[in-house]
Amino acid sequence: MSDHSIALQQRVQEALQQKQALTIQGSGSKNFLGGLIDHNLTPLPVIKHCGVVNYEPKELVITARAGTSLTAIQSLLAEQHQMLAFEPPAFSEQATLGGTIACGLSGPRRPYTGSARDFVLGSKIINGQAEILHFGGEVMKNVAGYDVSRLMVGAMGTLGLILELSLKVLPQPEQEISLTLECPVNEAIEQMNKWSATPLPISAACYDGANLYIRLSGAATAVSAGSKRIGGDIIADCKAFWYNVRELQHGFFNTDKFLWRLSLPSDTPYIELPGKQFIDWGGAQRWYIADTDNKQNLYSSIAQQGGQLSLFRASGDNSARNSFLTHNDAFHPLSTALLALHKQLKHAFDPQGIFNPGRLYREL
Amino acid sequence: MDARSSALALSERSALNAYDTGILMNKAELTIALKRFLPDCAVISEQEALRAYECDGLPAYRKMPLVAVLPQTVEQLQQVVQLCHQQAVPVVARGAATGLSGGALPLENGLLLGLSRFNKILNINPLARTARVQPGVRNLAISEAAAKYGLYYAPDPSSQIACTIGGNVAENSGGVHCLKYGLTVHNVLELKVITPQGELLTIGSAALDSAGYDILALMNGSEGMLGIVVEILVKLLPRPERAQVLLAAFDDVEKAADSVGEIIAAGIIPAGLEMMDALAIQAAEDFVHAGYPRDANAILLCEVDGTNEEVSEHSKKIYDLLLSCGATEVRTARDEAERLRFWQGRKSAFPAVGRMSPDYYCMDGTVPRKKLAQVLTRISQLSEHYQLPVANVFHAGDGNLHPLILYDANQPGELQRAEDFGAEILELSVQVGGTITGEHGVGHEKIHQMCVQFSEPELEQFRALKRAFDPHSLLNPGKAIPQPRSCSEYKLIGSCNHDTSGHQHREHE
Repeated sequence: MSDHSIALQQRVQEALQQKQALTIQGSGSKNFLGGLIDHNLTPLPVIKHCGVVNYEPKELVITARAGTSLTAIQSLLAEQHQMLAFEPPAFSEQATLGGTIACGLSGPRRPYTGSARDFVLGSKIINGQAEILHFGGEVMKNVAGYDVSRLMVGAMGTLGLILELSLKVLPQPEQEISLTLECPVNEAIEQMNKWSATPLPISAACYDGANLYIRLSGAATAVSAGSKRIGGDIIADCKAFWYNVRELQHGFFNTDKFLWRLSLPSDTPYIELPGKQFIDWGGAQRWYIADTDNKQNLYSSIAQQGGQLSLFRASGDNSARNSFLTHNDAFHPLSTALLALHKQLKHAFDPQGIFNPGRLYREL
Repeated sequence: MDARSSALALSERSALNAYDTGILMNKAELTIALKRFLPDCAVISEQEALRAYECDGLPAYRKMPLVAVLPQTVEQLQQVVQLCHQQAVPVVARGAATGLSGGALPLENGLLLGLSRFNKILNINPLARTARVQPGVRNLAISEAAAKYGLYYAPDPSSQIACTIGGNVAENSGGVHCLKYGLTVHNVLELKVITPQGELLTIGSAALDSAGYDILALMNGSEGMLGIVVEILVKLLPRPERAQVLLAAFDDVEKAADSVGEIIAAGIIPAGLEMMDALAIQAAEDFVHAGYPRDANAILLCEVDGTNEEVSEHSKKIYDLLLSCGATEVRTARDEAERLRFWQGRKSAFPAVGRMSPDYYCMDGTVPRKKLAQVLTRISQLSEHYQLPVANVFHAGDGNLHPLILYDANQPGELQRAEDFGAEILELSVQVGGTITGEHGVGHEKIHQMCVQFSEPELEQFRALKRAFDPHSLLNPGKAIPQPRSCSEYKLIGSCNHDTSGHQHREHE
C-alpha cells in the first residue's frame, strides 16, 4: 500500500537516458491480449505501486494507484453497496486497476451502463518524457483541457504509464433476476434490441447459440414487474452465470483455437461464419471461435458492417499465436489516415517510443 | 488590390504553401478564392453582415472575422478547410453560438465557419437506438424526432432549444440529467470529422467500440481545435416510463447540500438533482411563480425516473430521507403540470436573475460535493468583499456550480470587480479539488485559469496533443490551451487583474 511514483519516474528517466524501451507489468493477467510482448525489453513492474488513495461513497468516486488489485477495489466498494458499473473482466484474482483500464475491457453490463472509459474521471500518468502529469480529477463534470484520461483507456500502455486513476462508481442494484428463453439466433438479436429500446431495467443480454439470457437490475418492484413482461425461466444462479460470461469461463469458451472478438452495431443480423459464435452486449459483442485460425480475410467485410474484428485470446498452442502476431496485429487494422494520426499521438506522448512498443499495433 | 490583380496574384501562388512562402492571403484574395467553389451567398465579407458573427453566447468578447462562410455540403466544407490549410488562414467553427466561454469567438485574421446549414437529421434507427445527424441540428430536435419511437437523446443543456449537436460535441455539454445519463462523450458513437488538412476521417463507429486509441473521447470537449465535426451518430435512450419531481425546502444551504449525499448513499441515482439558494429562489418566484417557498434558504429539486414501480419506490424513500435531513417541507409534484412548473423555476433561473440586475456573469466551476458548504461560505464572503450580490444555482448531484454575479456595467469598475470575483471563484474551485469548468468550456474566457489548474508540463502535453492533429495550429488557435508566455504573464500580474474588453448581458446557460 504505498506510493512508488518517484521510483517509477526514476525508472522511466533511466530508460530514457539509456534509450531502453520498457514493458509495463501489472499482474500479467492480460498478457494474452494485444501484440506480442518483447521479452528482451526492460520490465517496468507497477504492482507495488498500490493502494486506495481516496474513496468517497457519497461522491461516487474512488481514486486508487494503478497496482491496486481489482479484487481489493471491488470488495471495498461492496462494503458500501457500490460497484464498478462497467463490470470489468479480470481474468485473474491478481488483476490490477491499471491493467484493467489500459486494456479498456468491459463486461456484460457495458451496453446499459457504459464502458471502462465512460467511468474514468481522472488520471495521473508518467509520459514518455518522464514527467508526472495529472489530468481530469475526482469530479463528475470537467471539461478543462483535452480528455487525456479517457485517451489512456485501451491504449495498452503505449501512451504512458498510468500511476493513479479516479473512477466514477455506482450503487449496486437492489435486486437482480436473470431470465432465459429458447429462440433462434436472429430472433434473439432482434429481441435483445427491441427490449433494450423499452424502459425495462435490463443490465445484460446474451445468446449462447440456443438460448437468450436477460438480466434485470434495479428496485425490487421494478425487476419483478419487468420479469413478468419478458417471461421465460428464471436462472437459479444468476451471479455465476454472468461471472462465467464476463470471465470467458462459460462452456462456449472452452477451446484451444483462437478466440476472436467482433464488435458490431447491436442490430447487425447474425453473420454466417464457419465456426461458432456467442453473442453478448445485446448483440454488440460477438465472440467467435473459427474452424481455422487465420481470419484476416474478414477485416474488410466486418468494417463494412460498421464493426471491427480482433484476435482476443489463443489458449492452446502458443506457436500459432506467435506466428500470427509476428505478421499481423491483434487489433483490427487501421486506415492509413488513422494510423498516421495514431503515430502522431504516440509521438506526442512518448516521443522516444519507450512504452510498450508493439503492444497495440506493431508500428506504435 | 482590385479583383483581377488579386485573382492573378492568387493563381501565381496557388501551388505554393503559405507556410513555406510566409505570404498570407488578404481579405479580398480569400473572398475570391472561396467564391470559386462556394455560391456567392455562402461567402460573407461585408462588415455589416459580418457583425452577426462577432461573438457567441459570451458577448463580453467580440471580434470581427476576416470572412464568414456558410457551406452546405461536406465537399464544400472540405474545400474551405483545404484552402485555409494551404493559405495558413485560421478557422473558427460555429454552431448556434450559444456557448458561454467565447469558444466561437472569431479571429480577426481568420475565417468563421458557420455550420448552420448542416441541419438535417439523416437517419434514425429505432432498433439500434441511434440517430445520424448533421452538426447544425439542434439538440432538442433530435429528441423531438426520436419521440415517435419512444426514444430520446439524453444530454440536455439548458440551451437545448437553440444549441446544436456539433457545438455539444465541441464542448462535451452536460445538462440537468447528466449525473444519471452522462455527458455528450457518453452519448456519441461516431463522428465524421474534417482534419485541419482537409481530409475526411471517421472516428468511432456504430459499434460500441473501435480499434486503436479512443480518439472519439478526445474529440468530445476539444472545443473545435482538433477537427471540424461534420456528422454525428448519437445514442438514443428509451424514454422512461415515468418521472417524478420532489421539491424540498431547507432553512440552511448546508443541510440541503448534505441531503444530496444522503440520497446517493441510499443507493439512488436521481435523474436530476438541482439546488437554488435564497436569491435564486426569489428571482425565480418573481419571474415564473413556480410555487417555491419564498422563505427557504435553499431548495432542492430531485427528479427520479424509470419504470413506474421504481419511481414509486424511490420517491417514497427520497421523501423520507429529505425530511430526516432537516427539510422544512417536502412536496411531491401532484401531476405533470406541477412537475413542469417546478422545473420551469429552475430552468428560467438565469433570465429570472437577469431581471434583478442590469448585467450578470455566470460561472461554471465544479467542486467535490462535500466542499459545497465551504465554497458557498467563501462565495458569500467574496460577495461582500466585492460588493456584488451573487445568486447560486447548481447541478447539485455533480457539484457543478453556476454562481451568477450581479453587476451593472454602466457603473465604473463594476465589470472589473465582477470578473475578478469570478476568477476567484474559479481558483477556489481548483483549490478544493474541483475544476474551472464543468460544462461551459475554457474557450477564450477561462484561458488564464488553465494556468492555475494545470502545471506547465501538463499544458505542454496538451499542446503536443494539439500539434499531433493540427501542426500549424489552424483550428481555433488561441482558445482553451494557453501559450507558455500568457501563463507566466498571468502569474506575474496575479490572478485578480483581468482583461476587460467589453460587457454584455449573459443570458444562456
